[in-house]
Amino acid sequence: MARSIAPRRKAINTLLAWSVGFLIFFPILWTILTSFKTEAAAIANPPVFIGFDWTLENYQAVMERSNYSRFLWNSIVIAGGSTVLGILIAIPAAWSMAFVPSKRTKDILLWMLSTKMLPAVGVLYPIYLLFIKFGMLDTKIGLMIVLMLINLPIIVWMLYTYFKEIPGEILEAARMDGATLREEVIYILTPMAIPGIASTLLLNVILAWNEAFWTLNLTAAKAAPLTAFIASYSSPEGLFYAKLSAASTMAIAPILILGWFSQKQLVSGLTFGAVK
Amino acid sequence: MGRITLDKVSKSFGDVEVIPPLDLTIEDGEFTVFVGPSGCGKSTLLRLIAGLEDITSGQIRIDGADATNVPPAKRGLAMVFQSYALYPHMTVRKNIAFPMKMAGIDQAEQDRRIDAAAKALNLTDYLDRRPGQLSGGQRQRVAIGRAIVREPAAFLFDEPLSNLDAALRVGMRLEISELHERLKTTMIYVTHDQVEAMTMADKIVVLQAGVIEQVGSPLDLYERPCNKFVAGFIGSPKMNFIEGEEAAELGATTIGIRPEHISISTTEGQWKGTVGVAEHLGSDTFLYIHSDVSPSETMTVRVDGEFSARHGDTVYLTPRAERIHKFGADGLRIE
Ligand SMILES: Nc1ncnc2c1ncn2[C@@H]1O[C@H](COP(=O)(O)OP(=O)(O)O)[C@@H](O)[C@H]1O
Ligand SMILES: [Mg+2]
Repeated sequence: MARSIAPRRKAINTLLAWSVGFLIFFPILWTILTSFKTEAAAIANPPVFIGFDWTLENYQAVMERSNYSRFLWNSIVIAGGSTVLGILIAIPAAWSMAFVPSKRTKDILLWMLSTKMLPAVGVLYPIYLLFIKFGMLDTKIGLMIVLMLINLPIIVWMLYTYFKEIPGEILEAARMDGATLREEVIYILTPMAIPGIASTLLLNVILAWNEAFWTLNLTAAKAAPLTAFIASYSSPEGLFYAKLSAASTMAIAPILILGWFSQKQLVSGLTFGAVK
Repeated sequence: MGRITLDKVSKSFGDVEVIPPLDLTIEDGEFTVFVGPSGCGKSTLLRLIAGLEDITSGQIRIDGADATNVPPAKRGLAMVFQSYALYPHMTVRKNIAFPMKMAGIDQAEQDRRIDAAAKALNLTDYLDRRPGQLSGGQRQRVAIGRAIVREPAAFLFDEPLSNLDAALRVGMRLEISELHERLKTTMIYVTHDQVEAMTMADKIVVLQAGVIEQVGSPLDLYERPCNKFVAGFIGSPKMNFIEGEEAAELGATTIGIRPEHISISTTEGQWKGTVGVAEHLGSDTFLYIHSDVSPSETMTVRVDGEFSARHGDTVYLTPRAERIHKFGADGLRIE
């Protein structure tokens, strides 16, 4: 049964939702607008929002100065690679937690999540040393592993919640039908959990794409992804707001587009399947 | 072949012993029904045989070979679950094919068996649908189809009909019985419904609190229940129990008499009573009678459909002497 809400209440709710949405989106919108201004117009006070001379010169400048496609490629490889690695580890982990839980399973899940409360900088030094030792500084594989590890608790938790919704009897039926553990996971569990796995994949790609602490600290030139591309424009030569905005827009555009087309998956993913 | 032997098999969950050590043999080709009240351990026992639960102690043998530590996939048994447990992302055809795919049976043989099963189970028109697009009865048949095609040593059914409505249930009951007649494969069938047990079984295993109360053919259990629990559980309506003087006269603590073994008269008889409720089913009438011989419970009597009786009528009951069951203070049958 749908709840009946008075039309006036509904109008107010809608207005509120749009306001909050606009508030959250505003900085991004401002960045995108600024990227089309001249540097002079970008620092004008009070700021102009629409009535300025639109220009593409910032994009030209950025494309001339930096190799955008290399950064983009690094971002894609690092975000994609860490996600694939993570999911390969998270599926069996979540399977065992959901279907053969022990007394400590809940504790382990909580403990895993609690590592996310640790400030990343707290382990910068040991990780940096490990990276030197294993020659992984400024390598894509090194970043993939670190990003995979920092997101692993979240994706194990997400998959666990999805797997919990799959009736255990179906997996038992597969076992009775002669499926080995591997076949059970490949033919039954994974296809049934596809919507959940897709949400998890998407969220992980976004988290990895936006991750700025480790990507900035562990890369120099070769493996630097788009976060480093943006950072290079908040530069020692002084602040060039319009060019910085153009770089930011170029960095977030791919993920924004991906997010736009997968809104539904994302919402159900972020609410842990509570919204269907 | 499918001869299953349980040798001192027990099961505990943590500190709780759900099934104390128990011995049982299920002969090849037999239709065995585990029956008992809800929570008595029927499903657990079936899952031990299937290998879905590890046994705490004892040994399970299938056709003489020790299967205690054999994983479910390797025991050669097929199971039909109460929830059907179909694979929702596969079509009916793929569902039925799955065990054969796992067994590596070649495609032509798979198709042949799917077609045969679909024909036998009236599923031919539904092979390309998903389970979500089927009715409860059809889903049940798909689950059975999936079990048949792999030609198992034995079928295990866990309350397969309890999610169906009453009319379908009777139909499916007949279909499963017919399947057994045709295949002659060992079947173990779990139910809490004693009517299903009586109508389908070659052999009934009555369970209570994880303990086997009696094993026997439906008629054995009906005619010679070995204790009060079995006597009360098997038969519908339930057996009447009478304690006190009437029982003592026959040298028992409790005597039992089934509703269909009491004759009734409006003029004379052994026990006097008044009619409480009369249920007219057409062919039969069940009378629930208040009588001094059984002050705590109403007595049930089955009479002809034509017998007319109304609330408050005085009647006289006479049990058929040779049909009286006698039980001692320990609840066991006295011969
Ligand atoms: N996985 C389990 N963990 C703990 N107790 C269980 C488990 N499965 C069943 N039980 C207990 O074992 C008893 C028998 O259960 P079950 O075999 O399902 O009964 P039935 O099928 O006869 O209704 C019940 O008391 C139930 O609570
Ligand atoms: Mg049960």
